[in-house]
Amino acid sequence: MTDGAGRVVIVGAGHAGGSAAAFLRQFGWAGEIVMIGTETLMPYQRPPLSKAWLKGLVAHADLELRPPTFYQTNHIDVRVGATAAAIDRAQRTVTQADGTVVGYERMILATGSRLRRLAVPGVELSPILELRDIADADKIKGVLRPGQRLVIVGGGYVGLEVAASAIAIGATVTVIEREARLLARVASAALSEHVLAHHRTKGVTIELAASVAAIEGAAGKVAGVRLADGRTIAADAVLVGIGAAANDGLARAAGLVCADGIKVDAAARTSDPHIYAIGDCSCRPFTLYWRDVRLESVGNAVEQAKQAASDICGKPVPLAEVPWFWSDQFDMRLQMAGLAFDVADTVVRGAPNDGKFAVFHLKDDGCVQAVEAVNMTPEYMAGRVMIGKRTVVDAVRLADVTVPIKQLMA
Amino acid sequence: MPKVNFISFAGKTYTADVAEGTTVMRAAVDNGVPGIDGDCGGQCACATCHVFIEPEWQSKTGARTEPESAMLEFADGTKPNSRLGCQIEVTKALDGLTVRMPEGQH
Repeated sequence: MTDGAGRVVIVGAGHAGGSAAAFLRQFGWAGEIVMIGTETLMPYQRPPLSKAWLKGLVAHADLELRPPTFYQTNHIDVRVGATAAAIDRAQRTVTQADGTVVGYERMILATGSRLRRLAVPGVELSPILELRDIADADKIKGVLRPGQRLVIVGGGYVGLEVAASAIAIGATVTVIEREARLLARVASAALSEHVLAHHRTKGVTIELAASVAAIEGAAGKVAGVRLADGRTIAADAVLVGIGAAANDGLARAAGLVCADGIKVDAAARTSDPHIYAIGDCSCRPFTLYWRDVRLESVGNAVEQAKQAASDICGKPVPLAEVPWFWSDQFDMRLQMAGLAFDVADTVVRGAPNDGKFAVFHLKDDGCVQAVEAVNMTPEYMAGRVMIGKRTVVDAVRLADVTVPIKQLMA
Repeated sequence: MPKVNFISFAGKTYTADVAEGTTVMRAAVDNGVPGIDGDCGGQCACATCHVFIEPEWQSKTGARTEPESAMLEFADGTKPNSRLGCQIEVTKALDGLTVRMPEGQH
C-alpha cells in the first residue's frame, strides 16, 4: 500500500476525522479512504459524554457519528486501535505503530487534543479521573453514586458539566478553580458570575483562586485534595479537567509548521500541500478577528472537515462560519458565538436574575464580536448573524429588551 | 421501514429507508445525504439540520418544539414550514415524508 495514488489517509477517527471521511464521499472522492484511529471504537460524539452518557440516558448507538454499516457502504477503511507513528513527506507515506506503511495522495491530520495532567504529589492514587473518551466517561460513571464525594479540579466547561451530572446522580461535588472566576479563559466575567451562582444554588461547592497542593490518600486510595492554603477537601474520587493541548507531535516530527497546534489556512491546508489538519489539533485563521486560533469544538471540527474535503475534491471551500459553542448545565443552556477579541464594550441584554440573558461583546466601532446567551436562544442566533455580517449596533438599544433584536440586525 | 425523501437545494432527491423512532436528521446523516450535517448530534443546538416540510406533510410532522422555535427564529432562510430534522421522529405515519433543504445547506 505504499503507492498512495488515489488514496486519502485520515489520521484520527474522532468527530473531525469521521466527518472528513463522510464529506469526501459526499463531495465525490472516488478513490480509497483509510482512517487510522487510536481508540478501539468507530467515530463517536464526545459532547454527550459529560452529560447524557454519564447520566445513563443514551445508548452507545446514539453516540456513534454514523452507524458501522455507513463505513462499509461507503468503502471507508476504518482502522481502529491503530496509531500513526511517523509521516514520510518525501515518500508520501505514513507508518503505523505496527509497522504497516500506507501511501497517500492526500493526508488529513485529525489527531485531536490530549488532556493536561495535574503535576502534584499523590497523582498515583485512585480514582483520579479525567474525561476525554468513552473509556474515561465509563470510569467516572463507575464511581459516581449517591453520596460519593467528587472533587473536580478545574472550573472549565467539562468540569462544570460533570459537576451538574454528578449532582443529578446524587453525588456531593466540589469544584476547585485556580483562577479568580469559573470559565476564566473561555467566558466573560458576567457569564462566569452567573454560572457560579447557579452551580452554588444547585448544591455545588466552588472554591475559587484555589490551587491544589497535593492529592492525599492511603493504601492507594484517594481520601482528599489538599489546597495550597492548607485546607483539605475530603474526596472519594477526583476528576481533573484543566484543559488540553494539541496532538501535533506527529506533525512536528514531520516538519510541518506548528504554533499552538498545526498551522493551517482557510482551506485546512498545512505547510505541505498534500497534508491537511482539522479540528482540535489545528490552528486556523479567523478573518473576522485577524487572528489564528486553535479551537476545541464540534462546530470547528465539522467545518474544517468540510474545508479539507472540499479542497481535496476540487470544490470551492465554503464561506467561513462564525465559531459557535454550547454547554448544558442543570437547566442552563449556554450558547456562545464568535470570539471575544478586541472588545471595547460589553452589553447585557435580558435579566440574569431570571436566568435568561445574553452578553454581547462589541468592538470600539460597535461591531458585534461575540455573544454568550443563557437560556436566550434567539439572541444567540441573532448574535451569530450579526457577528458574521459585522453588524454595528447601538449599545443602549441592545441593552433594552423592549427593542426587538430583529430591529438591531439590519 | 418508512421512507423519507430529501430534496437538495439543487433539486436532487435522496430517499432513505428509516427505522421507526429515528429522527429525520439521523436518517440523513446515517445515509450520507448532503446538506444535513447534524453537528450537535440532535441537541437542538446547531441548526445544521434545517428542512422545509412539504405542505402535505405539515400536519403529520406536527408543531415545532420550544427550543426548536427559538433556534429557527433567526436561522438562515426560515419559512413557516421550517423544522429542525433532529426534532422529528420518523413513524409509520410519516412513510413517504418529503423535506427540502435550504440554500445555506448544500
